[in-house]
Amino acid sequence: MSGTPATATRSQPAGQDVAPGPATAVRLRGLRRTFGTRHVLDGVDLDIARGEFVALLGASGTGKTTLLRILGALDGHDAGTVLVPKARTVVFQEPRLIPSKRVLANVTVALPRGARTRETGLRALREVGLESHAKAWPATLSGGEAQRVALARALVREPELLLLDEPFAALDALTRLRMQDLVGELCRVHRPAVLLVTHDVDEAVRLADRVAVLRDGRLVTDEQITIDRPRDTADPRFAALRTRLLTDLGVHPVSPKELPA
Amino acid sequence: MSLLASSADTRATGLIELPARTARPRRRGSGLALRIAGPVVLVLGWLWASASGTLSPALLSSPGQVLDALRELWSSGQLGDALSVSLTRAGLGLALGATAGLVLGVLTGFSRLGEELLDSSVQLLRTIPFLSLVPLFMVWFGIGETARVVLIAVATSFPMYVSSSGGVRNTDRKLVEAVRSFGMGRLALVREVVLPGALPALLSGLRLSMTLSVIALIAAEEINSTAGIGYLMATAQEYSRTDILTVCILIYALIGLAADGTVRLLERLLMPWRTQGVRR
Repeated sequence: MSGTPATATRSQPAGQDVAPGPATAVRLRGLRRTFGTRHVLDGVDLDIARGEFVALLGASGTGKTTLLRILGALDGHDAGTVLVPKARTVVFQEPRLIPSKRVLANVTVALPRGARTRETGLRALREVGLESHAKAWPATLSGGEAQRVALARALVREPELLLLDEPFAALDALTRLRMQDLVGELCRVHRPAVLLVTHDVDEAVRLADRVAVLRDGRLVTDEQITIDRPRDTADPRFAALRTRLLTDLGVHPVSPKELPA
Repeated sequence: MSLLASSADTRATGLIELPARTARPRRRGSGLALRIAGPVVLVLGWLWASASGTLSPALLSSPGQVLDALRELWSSGQLGDALSVSLTRAGLGLALGATAGLVLGVLTGFSRLGEELLDSSVQLLRTIPFLSLVPLFMVWFGIGETARVVLIAVATSFPMYVSSSGGVRNTDRKLVEAVRSFGMGRLALVREVVLPGALPALLSGLRLSMTLSVIALIAAEEINSTAGIGYLMATAQEYSRTDILTVCILIYALIGLAADGTVRLLERLLMPWRTQGVRR
């Protein structure tokens, strides 16, 4: 868990600017990933500071999950520079728990066994409100509970970079709101750098410090969100940002005047 | 009842009343009684056929005669000796064969290199009827115990191989990817994720292997045997003792039944996460 980012350079970056400092958690320069003849990612530049929460928006098929998978070393890139910290964890869209392990063993999976690991695992479960389920089998959990276990499994490793791949997409609307609050709260406590991949504009604006939009293989928007927390969807600045982001995503939001009475 | 009683009101409204779920407590043991009923009917039919003279004793002895033969064999100690010899052969062969099948199956199911190296040769060997190997094994291993155990091991390894390689290949890729991203090594991955996931397939493979081990046992005991159930049968055949032959056949059936019960028990013991909760 050294502080210096691990390098995964494949070719010289196009424009080398300021060298990454100790405050940098992620640096992407000229990132390219090709499937067949299609450049899904074509020259992505992105910096994420330590403790910063970045939401990445994109319509389906724009390569946002591919970008996340490259940062998680689950997929390779074809060109460009990728600098990431060593301690990275992923929460996937599905919980992906091992059915043959109890909840606590799932949280502490691949960690050295012992009383200390057990204790940190229980603490992580307490943070997601599932301490009493430590001995349950994953098959007995609801979708939201299973996803909270997946979150505890990602946090117990004290990641410097937390990758969230549409972690709320498979949840019902109520559970999703509660999970978003929980993730926001836990990220404020643990302060990892976070990349949240989502197609839900409200979710991105509610949670993130910064929001980026991926279109045609590159980032077309990358801006700080200055709205004060807690953020309310009724806030006019919230609505304005949402409209702008939806336009960037290629959706033309209906203005209230056009709505049928 | 409620449907009939309310039919008058429902005709007026055009609605039908759905019956509430009635809990029907199953008496404990009723399932077991039903399971036993089939074999009992068979034995009763056999009793009737023998008593009425439809079934000549020269073809098949009556249940009473079979019981007498069983008592005679048991008290003379012949049956106990034969049983322990045969079970040792079958058990040893099964243990060797199932282990070999499991290891090869995991290798081919989990790694592409393993599959490319091993699968075609194992599939080729699998198509050879194991009975045709008997003469060759007699040349290689002589007529001792080795030839018998090896024959049973060869016969039982293939079903285990097919089931385990299939079960391992069907492991949830997404789960493997997730666990790998948390830094789990290959060996731990096989032990903690792949094998538990493949357990249903492994146990059905074990079931097939167990059945085959009894079949191979019979074939193996025809190799100039001087002990075991097969030897007992060969002797009985010489003297046309259909009662002893029947005893031996029933014992083979009971061994098969016990093997099946063992696997059922293993299923319950080894997979506690499957019995609790069905939601996913």
